[in-house]
Amino acid sequence: MNAIKSLDDLKNVREAALAKRKISENSGSTQVIVGMGTCGIAAGARETMKSVLDYIEANNIENVVVTQTGCIGLCEQEPIMQVVLSGKEKVTYGKVNPDVAKKIMKEHVGSGNLVQDHVITL
Amino acid sequence: MSKNNNGRDVIKTVNAAVSEFHARQEELIPILMKVSQELGYVPNDALEQISEVMHIPQSRVYSVASFYHMISTKPTGRHVIKFCESAPCHVAGGKAVWDALLEELQIKPGETSPDGKWTLKTTSCLGVCAVGPVMLVDDDIYGNISPDQVHDILERYE
Amino acid sequence: MTYFRSHILVCNDPVCTSKGSMEIMQALKDEIASKGLQDEIQVLDTPRIGNCEMGPEILVYPEGLHYINLKKDQIPFLVEEQFLKGRPVPDFLAPPKKEQVQELNEPTSKEVRVVLRNCGKIDPENIEDYIAEDGYQALAKVLTEMTPDQVIKTVQNSGLRGRGGAGFPTGLKWSFTRDTVSNTKFIICNADEGDPGAFMNRSVLEGDPHSVLEGMIIAAYAIGATRGYIYCRAEYPIAVKTLNIGIEQAREYGLLGEHIMGTDFSFDLEVRKGAGAFVCGEETALMKSIEGKRGEPRPRPPFPAVKGLFGKPTNINNVESYANVPQIIIRGPEWFSSMGTEKSKGTKTFALAGDVNRTGLIEVPFGITLREIVFDVGGGIKNGRKFKAIQTGGPMGGCLTEEYLDLPVDYEKLTAAGSIMGSGGMVVMDDETCMVDIARFFMDFIQDESCGKCVPCRVGTRRMLEILTRICNGEGRDGDIELLEALCVEIRQDSLCGLGQGAPNVIVSTLKNFREEYEAHIYKKECPAKVCRALIQYEIEPDKCVGCTACARNCPVNAISGEAKKPHSIDPDTCIRCGICKNVCNYDAILVK
Repeated sequence: MNAIKSLDDLKNVREAALAKRKISENSGSTQVIVGMGTCGIAAGARETMKSVLDYIEANNIENVVVTQTGCIGLCEQEPIMQVVLSGKEKVTYGKVNPDVAKKIMKEHVGSGNLVQDHVITL
Repeated sequence: MSKNNNGRDVIKTVNAAVSEFHARQEELIPILMKVSQELGYVPNDALEQISEVMHIPQSRVYSVASFYHMISTKPTGRHVIKFCESAPCHVAGGKAVWDALLEELQIKPGETSPDGKWTLKTTSCLGVCAVGPVMLVDDDIYGNISPDQVHDILERYE
Repeated sequence: MTYFRSHILVCNDPVCTSKGSMEIMQALKDEIASKGLQDEIQVLDTPRIGNCEMGPEILVYPEGLHYINLKKDQIPFLVEEQFLKGRPVPDFLAPPKKEQVQELNEPTSKEVRVVLRNCGKIDPENIEDYIAEDGYQALAKVLTEMTPDQVIKTVQNSGLRGRGGAGFPTGLKWSFTRDTVSNTKFIICNADEGDPGAFMNRSVLEGDPHSVLEGMIIAAYAIGATRGYIYCRAEYPIAVKTLNIGIEQAREYGLLGEHIMGTDFSFDLEVRKGAGAFVCGEETALMKSIEGKRGEPRPRPPFPAVKGLFGKPTNINNVESYANVPQIIIRGPEWFSSMGTEKSKGTKTFALAGDVNRTGLIEVPFGITLREIVFDVGGGIKNGRKFKAIQTGGPMGGCLTEEYLDLPVDYEKLTAAGSIMGSGGMVVMDDETCMVDIARFFMDFIQDESCGKCVPCRVGTRRMLEILTRICNGEGRDGDIELLEALCVEIRQDSLCGLGQGAPNVIVSTLKNFREEYEAHIYKKECPAKVCRALIQYEIEPDKCVGCTACARNCPVNAISGEAKKPHSIDPDTCIRCGICKNVCNYDAILVK
């Protein structure tokens, strides 16, 4: 990794990051994001994350990128999981225990059908 | 645990902690925390060794160690429960969970169970108030606890 | 890794392809190569850019330009204009799009997310995510275009006040440290967020650590510091971990350490963990703790700006104060001061806890009312119960009642109402809360955390706690209220630091607004909210009880007796008022009196 030694260097890193993001958004892959702030973990986010990863492995799913994020601020809805299908809007789910996570992976990620009971909006 | 009574282990632990952080006054707290973590608490011979290696009077080492909640100067059990006693958890139903804990453990806060398994402490706010009531068992954090979950949570620990 | 100065994304969806997008892609590559630009401009294909009816279409970064309906013969002109002359070609561009539809997890309309802008949106362990969201642009601007004095002036003009609770003007504080002459100066970030109910700082540290790092580096540049510390409470292990990862990455990218961004400015920092002492959130106690001593506050002057850590000039600010700085630099002080009230500019994060529907973090501009916070943003009281009080500012804050709901939130107004801003914790209480119990509860915490150095706090809070405990246990005496009031005056006046000075606030405000509850406890031996165990009795209503025996079976002390299918009764002497019987009764037959 080259150190940033000038304004131009910073610009380049930024553009590369943005392009990478755009490419992954349009690459046909699905993004699954699990909130792993302390409030999420206190509510069981580690088990939720494990459930997601186990499901992917058990069903040999390709083209899904799983990442984590910090506290969104909706702590009482934790564990929170977000799904971004390629080219679609981000959908946020609340109170996602391991079973609900499996359901979301199967129905939303697998078939594109939202699990309405757990969708949260503000 | 015999670790605390084994003089050599204590010396080794202290020396390792001091090497990790360096023998400077400003590293006293990280060193005490490390020793407290490794041995379960900071026994008297650890205080002596720290004083010796860092050239700080033992009384001063003790005065710092006893000031901070997270450094124990008394022996603790195999597992330490820290229950959040702050207002938001209290308001979210913490009282009932606390009562269930006391009932299950049959010890008072600050005490260690006779079989050496549990030490019960209260802790100040852990910053996850929106999922209260909250407690820590060792490093594991549990939120949204209801009184009937207490027994099952404690069962997970040897 | 080569850094391309531009990226072209060509849509390869079936519709675009059928319209010739791959020939366009080849034409672009050929033209770029013929101009010798192949190492500067990357051409990639990608599915689904936007609207294939307008294909062949391409996206050009970093500008984000969307060219549509491209023909092969347009390519040489496009490359010449866009990539050699740096001029977009308007005729080839797509018509402007409407504002992107708000994502489902966008905050409510009353929220304005400045400090929390990246929380929940980026991967906090990836510095490039932060950079993609304009991260470190402010630092670059500061290092290449601004003098330290200009930076301080910018922060002063924004009106930013310390977000840790005291609300001291941040720019002014920086100027004090800058003006003190010394070869060694320190920057400290106070991340010892100990207020029960406050977790705003935790979320920023876990969700967007670089915003704090960037703010600190800018501050260091402005005041002339070479070393910094982030004092983070040990109860936040994930925040500590995330910060350390962030620091490592910032060092790798040349944004921390020697010659930051290739300039003469060098600065480095480390994380220092707290050890579980609430009082170490007070700045002089915090510095003592970093020095390896007991965290006991000391009188000021001398202020840290003159004589702080290790005796050197030190600037201490809260996490949120630093996190605001990069945005103020990029968007300008006028943007920041356009939000808020006359004396309280910008936004503030609050942690809503207690009996509201939507507990969690919010960020709102100053001037919003408490009513809007509790009922709009907070979604109202849980379980349809009634609002009773809201406590702002942590354990040293006061409890405000319904009559204050239309109070616009800012530093001065909250203090005038008998509470404080504090770090931003707000605990909402419904009508099932006993205010005397709450006062006792907070006093218990304060007493435990008193460092013990000064008598008014050490002894005074203990006496107040004793009195409150007696009252809650049904042993209140005539004269207790007057004694509490007298103690409050003394302790507030004579304590050494903010902990002692603020300790009486919860009692003063609950006595002012809920005196009748205190009197009921003392003179009638009653707890109107039915919380204080010694003053309540559980009774079974014989008309409603069907004798299912659920309560008797579940009672931990066997205080309930009765035959099956006949009304049961509770022995008040054995009953410990745990409430389990009420929870298991399906016939609503248990009364609390």
